[in-house]
Amino acid sequence: MSAPAAVARPSALREVTRGRVRNASRRRLTALALAVLVVAAFAVTLMAGQTFYPPRDVVQVVLGEQVPGASFTVGRLRLPRAVLAVTAGFSFGMAGVTFQTMLRNPLASPDVIGISAGASAAAAVAIVTLSLDETQVSVLAVVAALVVALLVYVLAFRDGVVGTRLILIGIGISAMLDSITSYVLSRAAEWDLQEATRWLTGSLNGVGWDRTVPALVALAVLAPVLLAQGRNLSALQLGDDTASALGVRVERTRVTVILAAVGLIAFATAAAGPIAFVAFLSGPIAARLVGAGGSLLVPAGLVGALLVLVADFAGQFAFDTRYPVGVVTGVLGAPYLVYLIVRTHRAGGSI
Amino acid sequence: MTTSHTLTAERLTLGYGDRVVVDSLDLTVPPGKVTVIVGANACGKSTLLRSMSRLLAPRAGQVLLDGRQVHRMPAKELARTLGLLPQSPVAPEGITVVDLVGRGRHPHQGVFTRWSEKDDAAVASALEATQTTEIADRSVDELSGGQRQRVWIAMALAQQTDLLLLDEPTTFLDASHQIEVLDLLTDLNRARGTTVVMVLHDLNLAARYADHLIALAAGRIHAAGPPAAVLTEETVATVFGLQSRIVEDPVSGKPLMLPIGRHHVRAGAGAGEAPAAEVAEAPR
Repeated sequence: MSAPAAVARPSALREVTRGRVRNASRRRLTALALAVLVVAAFAVTLMAGQTFYPPRDVVQVVLGEQVPGASFTVGRLRLPRAVLAVTAGFSFGMAGVTFQTMLRNPLASPDVIGISAGASAAAAVAIVTLSLDETQVSVLAVVAALVVALLVYVLAFRDGVVGTRLILIGIGISAMLDSITSYVLSRAAEWDLQEATRWLTGSLNGVGWDRTVPALVALAVLAPVLLAQGRNLSALQLGDDTASALGVRVERTRVTVILAAVGLIAFATAAAGPIAFVAFLSGPIAARLVGAGGSLLVPAGLVGALLVLVADFAGQFAFDTRYPVGVVTGVLGAPYLVYLIVRTHRAGGSI
Repeated sequence: MTTSHTLTAERLTLGYGDRVVVDSLDLTVPPGKVTVIVGANACGKSTLLRSMSRLLAPRAGQVLLDGRQVHRMPAKELARTLGLLPQSPVAPEGITVVDLVGRGRHPHQGVFTRWSEKDDAAVASALEATQTTEIADRSVDELSGGQRQRVWIAMALAQQTDLLLLDEPTTFLDASHQIEVLDLLTDLNRARGTTVVMVLHDLNLAARYADHLIALAAGRIHAAGPPAAVLTEETVATVFGLQSRIVEDPVSGKPLMLPIGRHHVRAGAGAGEAPAAEVAEAPR
């Protein structure tokens, strides 16, 4: 082996630069394509439905003008619903891929490790047992999600956190929380039951701005926090020791990122319910599309938004019965979960 | 990279839980040299290396880099001077070689700073040094063990640190790949003046490649110095509890340890019977 040169040959440097530029532009193109699809799906959900409104009417309504008929249907019904679909999808996608990246395991998404279950259980108790109003229910759900995340983290902590241990503890906690929810529901009155169901399946039915705005604000505040941690998060993928050797404050990064991601999940869940498997699916799909090299935060958010928009639209109009969005994403997600477990099992992984 | 950094440990005590692993240890890493740490399993080698690179906070005492406590230094600043390749780093699924090597640039980048030409140059030169330019676009998952280890070293090189710490960089590698990795690290040391500190299992490779050999026993330094002075029958007996003979390595002229077990020992070859001590003196 020849002695290494301190400076690379110009041809090697050109090769590296060219490769990086090529990858970066491919990544940017894919993200752009995803963004275009989200915008298109958003536009379609605003226009199409029981009645079709042409683009001109929709644009006028969005700009705040009064259009007979369209102002109510598009402005009051479809617009907040579509905005929440994008917001919740983006939040779930981003938070999900954050956990998956940090714990280096696609199973480590918030809906698998009990965070969504915590929000749902708290909401069920708040509605059925405590008879709280809608805002109080949301607040309690957000707090519960944070508490569950903290509990799972503390229980899994032993000289740092290992992905597998956290996942197993999370699944256990999740099962406990689910049983609480089932118990509470079994004693619920008819009226409460309907209200509580939204917290269990995830639904965008009857969404107004009052539910959409808090989730939107949470996304606007917390997404930049996560994006700022993007590089540290990528370094964490290499293992705690390597990340630390690269100058990452591992525990500090992890706590910041967990708080931000749980916040996103909690607010999105409070608005739309735990839309099944969106957090879990978005990251791996985004990784397939853009490759494993760069940060997946934005692509996963876009995939999540697209998933929720399309699933909600399909749930409303593709079948004879109207299904809540969570049912559609659940049908999509469950087979993927099985596939993932089968594949890791074949590869000899422990989980 | 002309500046030479001093890395020292002063009365360093390290442990996990109730267990003390390293006990009041003093150590100086000679700048610009290859230092190898050897010792029996669980004698605190890796723990010591982890602490020297800030991964483990000391119970008592301190680690000093150029007179500053490493555990008080800003993380990224330290990571620009001192790199560490841990024993079992994890490659994210599907990542390509060039992307992984690029992760080594982390301490040189801010939160929103863009990837610069300097970063490209560092990656290119790290790939060249480790002869991984040809496999730069391959996925790390599909590489052989030796290639993968070279890629990890390339990542540590892209970090462009004057000090490089490696925890058993040759584990899981076959003989030829072990030599390849050790040659590469020696090249680095000679060409760039990088101070290399590594933990090795193989005593004979350690003696061959070390400028400075440190033998750890039960969390303390048993002997430190040039291999010929450190690798003696007495050291092997104390540190590893193993009877041995030391002869001169006909290839390198460094000491070579021949273990004496209970079987396959020729009559008259046992310890104390042969004038092994004189042989060990020879390389000086």
